[in-house]
Order: sequence, then structure tokens, then C-alpha cells
Amino acid sequence: MNSHVNLERRRQAIYGWLLLTPAAILLSIFAFYPSIATLWSSLFSRNTRRRPSEYVGGENYTDLFADPTFWLVVKNNLLYAGVTIPVSIAIALAMALWANSKISARGFVRTAYFTPTVLPMIAAANLWLFFYTPGLGVLDQIGGLFGLPSVNWLGQPETALWAIIIVTIWKEAGFFMIFYLAALQTIPEDLKEAADIEGASRWTYTRRIVLPLLMPTTLFIMVNALINSVKLIDHLFILTKGGPSDASKLILYYIWEMAFAFFDAPHAAAMTIMVLLVLGIVAAIQFFYIDKRTHYQ
Amino acid sequence: MTQQPFVVLDNVAKRWNGQLGVEHVSLEIEEGSFVALLGPSGCGKSTTLRLLAGLETADEGRILIDGRDVTTSAASDRNLSMVFQSYALFPHLSVAENVVFGLKVRRVPRAERREKLNRALTITGLIGYENRKPGELSGGQRQRVALARAIVAGQRLCLMDEPLSNLDAKLRTSVRKDIKKLQQELGITVVYVTHDQTEAMSMADKIVLMQEGHIQQVGTPGDLYNKPINTFVAEFVGAPPMALIRSEALDGFGQGHRIGLRAENVSLASEGQTRMTCRVSESEFLGAETLIGLEHEQATGLTIIRPGLSPMTVGQEVGITFGDADLHVFDAAGNRLAS
Repeated sequence: MNSHVNLERRRQAIYGWLLLTPAAILLSIFAFYPSIATLWSSLFSRNTRRRPSEYVGGENYTDLFADPTFWLVVKNNLLYAGVTIPVSIAIALAMALWANSKISARGFVRTAYFTPTVLPMIAAANLWLFFYTPGLGVLDQIGGLFGLPSVNWLGQPETALWAIIIVTIWKEAGFFMIFYLAALQTIPEDLKEAADIEGASRWTYTRRIVLPLLMPTTLFIMVNALINSVKLIDHLFILTKGGPSDASKLILYYIWEMAFAFFDAPHAAAMTIMVLLVLGIVAAIQFFYIDKRTHYQ
Repeated sequence: MTQQPFVVLDNVAKRWNGQLGVEHVSLEIEEGSFVALLGPSGCGKSTTLRLLAGLETADEGRILIDGRDVTTSAASDRNLSMVFQSYALFPHLSVAENVVFGLKVRRVPRAERREKLNRALTITGLIGYENRKPGELSGGQRQRVALARAIVAGQRLCLMDEPLSNLDAKLRTSVRKDIKKLQQELGITVVYVTHDQTEAMSMADKIVLMQEGHIQQVGTPGDLYNKPINTFVAEFVGAPPMALIRSEALDGFGQGHRIGLRAENVSLASEGQTRMTCRVSESEFLGAETLIGLEHEQATGLTIIRPGLSPMTVGQEVGITFGDADLHVFDAAGNRLAS
């Protein structure tokens, strides 16, 4: 092989590495190293004044598996994810299909749907606190009109998690709608016309043409929604603080509590590692399995 | 009673926010004919097709297909198929799924569906491509998938909206022949929109030439070429287009008229026979012939066709002659005067 071809190839490789370096350095410092450090510290016992930290292997993990609160929190989080993800995606899709059709005041509809996304989660939570407050709150005021008794939505274990779920769906649906709207606008108008001529109803067109073409977007939104279902806990601090009696506690809130309220860093680290593991596995399944059955344009 | 034409457009109009789409479009199409809607872009030919397809609704007038008033019917109730300019293939479906989409929607039984699919793929030469996605096909193959989808259901009326405009020049000529053959073999009625007069001339039984939302002339390709009804038709049809000469430049044609003249009727004058003296502005060699563009201050588009490679020096003065029988006379408004 000619030497200049070799030289050129080496130059390309150097360019490639130079371009990758900034991201690689930042990721290493702020993502990879903390993950490894977390894994490492999850293998040690808690450092107290009487007993210094020592290597305990998987003991922190077995402690967690024996902890009923941990299982309750896992159950809460599964329910939270299992409801918020499909419901917010379905609502987002419905809103996008509507906001994309030829209606008057389309701009207003889109803006209105998107507003919840613009609000900071803390502000949104305060807003909903006002809705949910017993006696004073909007929900109770409306319920009162029909003679319904006052309900403390956030204050009782049966309804607290559902109240949190509704806030999350309200917040996320508008955000996901934007992605669907963008994707819908890439579908050419004449596909609809071709389907019309072939005699497809609106529903058939949506099911056989639009939904499959939206699959890449749906996949992207699913991954985002899944990550959000674990990481979005701002509203818990305002609305319930995980209560009453852990009924609305989610896993990240529990980790935060473990680390900064109970000062039990090793158990928090162990939980973090498990969350990372589960998220990693689910993301891999989504990308490798669903990806194969998805059509990209 | 005479037989009713297959498709009738009766004084159809369509406007958008007061802006003109098409107006006073009246047209009769016989069953089994190939009709080309021809015109420059924005002339309303596509609008006319979309009105016929039911993708737009007419503001005025009536549309009849096979004796049935379909003016307000949905596209799916009109029993027609359509080939789109962009082909409008469903990108996530395979060739076979694209072709049978309409049959599936209309709940045609599976066995019949397979039989029709096979027939359509055989006719369009797509056997072996059933499982490809549109993205994996070339432009010409995609075009054939669109054709297969249009003929698979056996509809008697097929609308085509500039189906060849995304193909390269060479392919266009061959697909043109394929489409014409297909139409004749299947005996279907085709309404074909194009801005390319060569396509219209070579394929159509009847050409409808449109401009600014109005039909200018309806006739056979021969009618349009030999008896253009006005100067617009004269200049649009034919390559090179018809030359127009002000009548003042010639003796015996009165004042304010315009005289049309086809390039093939112009010849270089021998001494003493010169009817006009022009200057050579360009020479264009086309292989079998050379087109000599001429300049004259009273005329536009004067051209001579000379056989073989025979360019002339630009700027050279030449005398030309032509026979009176080959002249087309138009009045000041551009309309043909009966000769």
C-alpha cells in the first residue's frame, strides 16, 4: 500500500479521536467515574465514629432485599412507571394528532398543550398542591358543588401515589406531544391522499400508516419516559415527601433520603447501582429488540 | 340517444380564498381513451385532476363518472386509482403490501388478493421485488410500484399526476411507452397531467391544454399542432415552438395580426425569393438536424431546421421563405382567424 494512503488513514484516525476527546473526558469525569465510584462504595459498610468503613461485599444489597420499605418503593415505582408511560404517550399522541389536523386556533391549541412542559416541576407541583388541598382546593370546590365529601388526595395512602401520577402525566404529555407533532409533519400529505383514494378510513390510515411511521418517535419517547419515571421526583418534595407512610415514595426519593436524611451512603449507593442496572437492561431491550422492528425513513 | 361519455366535467370551478384555481372547465372523456391535461405550472391542470379524484371539492359545476354524479362523493367512492408525482408509496410497507393496500382495506379475500397482486406485478415487471421496501428501490422501480398499485384493483379510470417527472430523461421515454401500452392492453381510461408537451403529444388520444385556470384548447395532438386555436397554444405546443411574426412585416396580411409559422415550413431563400431577412442568433446541433435560431425585430422564435451538422455563423444575414399555406393567422387578441 502506498505510504501516503497510510498517512491519510492515520490522520483521519487522529481527527476522529480528537473530535471524540472532549465528550469522552466530560463523560468520564461526570458519568463513568461516579458510576464506578458508586459501585465501589456500595461494597463497603457505613463509616461511623465507632466502626470505620470496611469491605462487606454484597451485604448492602442483601440488607436492601430484606428491607420492606425498599420493596414498597420498588412496587410504587413500577406502578408509577407502568401508568405514567403508556398514559402520557397515548395522551401525547392523541393531542398531536388533533393539533396536527386542520382545525382553527391550531397555534393556540399547540401552545396550550405545551405550557405544562415549560413550567418548572416545582412550580407545577405548587400549582397542583392548590388543586389537591382539602377544603380550599379546586378539586374539592368542584366536588362540593355536586355534594361530594372533601377528599385529602395527597394525605391518604390510597390516593397519594395516584395524585402524583396525574401530575406527572399532565407535565409529560405536552412534552412528548411536541416530538409527535414534529414527526407527524414529516409524513407527506400525499400518503393520506393515496390512502383516501384506496378507500382507507381515517382510522385505518392512522393505524396502518401513521402509527408505524411514528414508531421511531415512540421508541425515543418510551426511553425518555422510562428515564423520567425514575428521575423525575421534584414534585414529591412539594406534594407528599413520599408519604403518607411511604405510599407515594419513589426509588430516587428513597435514595436521596437514604443518603442525605439517614446519612447511609453505602445503601444509597447499592440502590443507585441497581437502578442503573435495571435502566441499562431496559434501554438495551428497547434499542436492540424494538429497534429491529421499527421502520426508519 | 347517444352514449354518455365516461367522464364529464360540467362547468367546474374551484377557487382558494377568492384566488383563481380553475374556472369554466367543461370536458368530456370517452371510455378507454388517454387524455392529457397539459399546461405550464400553475395552470390548473393538477387542480382539475384533484377535483376529478375527489381530493378537492368543486365550488361550482358537476362531475360525472360513468353516468353517476360524484361531485360531492369522497375519493374512495369514485372507483378510480391514482399515480402521484411523488408516487406516495408507504415507506414502511413492502412492495407487495403497498400494492394490495387498497384491496386489503376493501376486504378483498386473500386468494383473490394474491392473484391480483401477481397479475399486477407481472404486468409491471416487479416479480422478485415483492419484499423490498420502497427505500430499497430505484426511482424507476418505485414508479412501477405506484403503477402496479393503480392497476391492481382493476378500476376503469386511472389518474396520473406527472408520474414521470422524477425520472431521468432516458427512462422517461421508455416508461412513457410502457404506460401507453399498459393503458391499451387493459383498456382503461387514463387522465394524465403533464407540463411536458412531448409526453402529451406522444401518448394522448386527446390533449386538454390549460392556462391560468382555463381550458385553451381540446383536441387530438394533430389538432393542437396543426390548428392551434390561439397564440398561446401555438407557442406551447411543438418543439421548437411556433414562430410569431407581426403582420406588418409581410405583405397582404393586414394590420395588427400575428402570423404563426412552424420551423419545418421555413427554408433558406434562394436569390430573389426572400420574404424576410433575418440575422442568425444561435446554432443548436441535435444530431440528425441543426436548429438555426433567427432574429427579426418583428418576429419571435423564428427557427430553421437544417439536416445534419450544418451550423451557421452567428450574426450572418440570411433570407428566408415559406409558403402561404403553412401560415397560421391570429388576430390582435391572439385568436385564430378562420382561413
